[in-house]
Amino acid sequence: MEAKEIKTEGLEEEKQEGKIREIAVPGEKIVSGDDFLPGDWTRREGKDIIASRYGIVEKQGRLVRIIPVSGVYVPRRGNIVIGQVIDIVFNGWILDINAPYNAFLSAMEAPRFINKNELSEYFGFRDLVVAKVENTRGRGIDLSLKSKNLGKLEDGMAIFINSNKVPRVIGKEGSMINLIKEYTGCDIIVGQNGIIWIHGKNLEEEMVAKEAIMFITEKATIFGLTEAVKEFLEKRQKTEEKA
Amino acid sequence: MGYTKRYDGRKFDEPREMKAKIGIIPRALGSAFFQFGDTKAIAAVYGPKTMHPKHKENPEKGVLRCTYDMMSFSVTERKRPGPSRRSQEISKVSEWALAPVVDISDFPNTVVDVHIMITQADASTRCAGLNAASMALAQAGITMKEMVTAVSIGKVDDKLVVDVDKEEEDHEEGEGATDIAMAFTKSGDITLLQLDGKIQPEELKEAIKLGKKACDEIYKKQKEALIKGE
Repeated sequence: MEAKEIKTEGLEEEKQEGKIREIAVPGEKIVSGDDFLPGDWTRREGKDIIASRYGIVEKQGRLVRIIPVSGVYVPRRGNIVIGQVIDIVFNGWILDINAPYNAFLSAMEAPRFINKNELSEYFGFRDLVVAKVENTRGRGIDLSLKSKNLGKLEDGMAIFINSNKVPRVIGKEGSMINLIKEYTGCDIIVGQNGIIWIHGKNLEEEMVAKEAIMFITEKATIFGLTEAVKEFLEKRQKTEEKA
Repeated sequence: MGYTKRYDGRKFDEPREMKAKIGIIPRALGSAFFQFGDTKAIAAVYGPKTMHPKHKENPEKGVLRCTYDMMSFSVTERKRPGPSRRSQEISKVSEWALAPVVDISDFPNTVVDVHIMITQADASTRCAGLNAASMALAQAGITMKEMVTAVSIGKVDDKLVVDVDKEEEDHEEGEGATDIAMAFTKSGDITLLQLDGKIQPEELKEAIKLGKKACDEIYKKQKEALIKGE
């Protein structure tokens, strides 16, 4: 690929740091030669490996793959997501989880027995629910509540980011999100689908957390992001004290 | 005498100044801007998402749906807002021009919506729109075989010209003006070919060759914009 290379950081921060990143454009040759194997979102055409999607090129040994930087959230089994109740049917709830399909949460998943007339009392319209993706095969997505810390979200606020930037917001083993939690004192739940719920003691705290997350999504490709976020939070804290 | 010099002083095989940018609409999954001189187009991509109306769903694969329209202030004489016969036709041909490269077979019963809006028109609007749409689709993370690039080739009087503007389109002397909109994939397949006027078969072949050459140049701009990012 003759395209100019730009400096960006990988999704797995530490491991990729210091490397120069290459952007793949659909239909463009990434590498040539039989030594390479086509990975995710790439294909082989004769000797060349061609990109099938827009994203960052990652070469792991012989394997060449593309890490998407944009696009819709595609649910995977085991993902924790935040969804909004958009419909109540006779045996459960329909949730909008910002994926290509709506998700279904069965009434059987609730920790206690729910009479079908009481469904809307448990989760009402527009309520936010944290749930786990149980199944993505067949028609539609099935959700589950059978895990700890799942259920309805009350108070607080929800913000929306691109799901491809979720790994950056969480950081390596949760380093980034813990940093924000520590500085702002907010309770934060990050859904793999890009919906983030923030709950703090007051609105100011929540706004600082929100701005910090937006800062990460904007600067997702710079080096030493954790340090930059730390600096950002410290600066915010000082202006808060002055005010 | 014939057409010896272009109205705006360009070379016969020279397109107007181009500008390309992606990520101009924050709420869209993918968006792009493309400009040919005074022709400006924006495109936004949403999806894959659930299809409405439901009867248009395809249980085998996702559906690509294009909407092309011109802003009411994009032309000198106010364009009545809303769909028209012309905009419906261009929506459909844009859809056909893009469909061969996009792959949404992993998402049955869904739709990928592409909205193309012309904010300023000076001929070749469908080509500018297609260039923007192709970039927006790539940014939206849609699986694509390759990119689509479009250009309009004109036959003004007896000369073939690249990237027709309104003045040339309205040229009446001699043999008049013929406007050929064409779109190519990167590997050279033709996905759109529309002709308005008169032309000899040999000249058409010539025009397509000229178009492919121009598209290679335009493609560079699209690629640059995608690599540069938001």
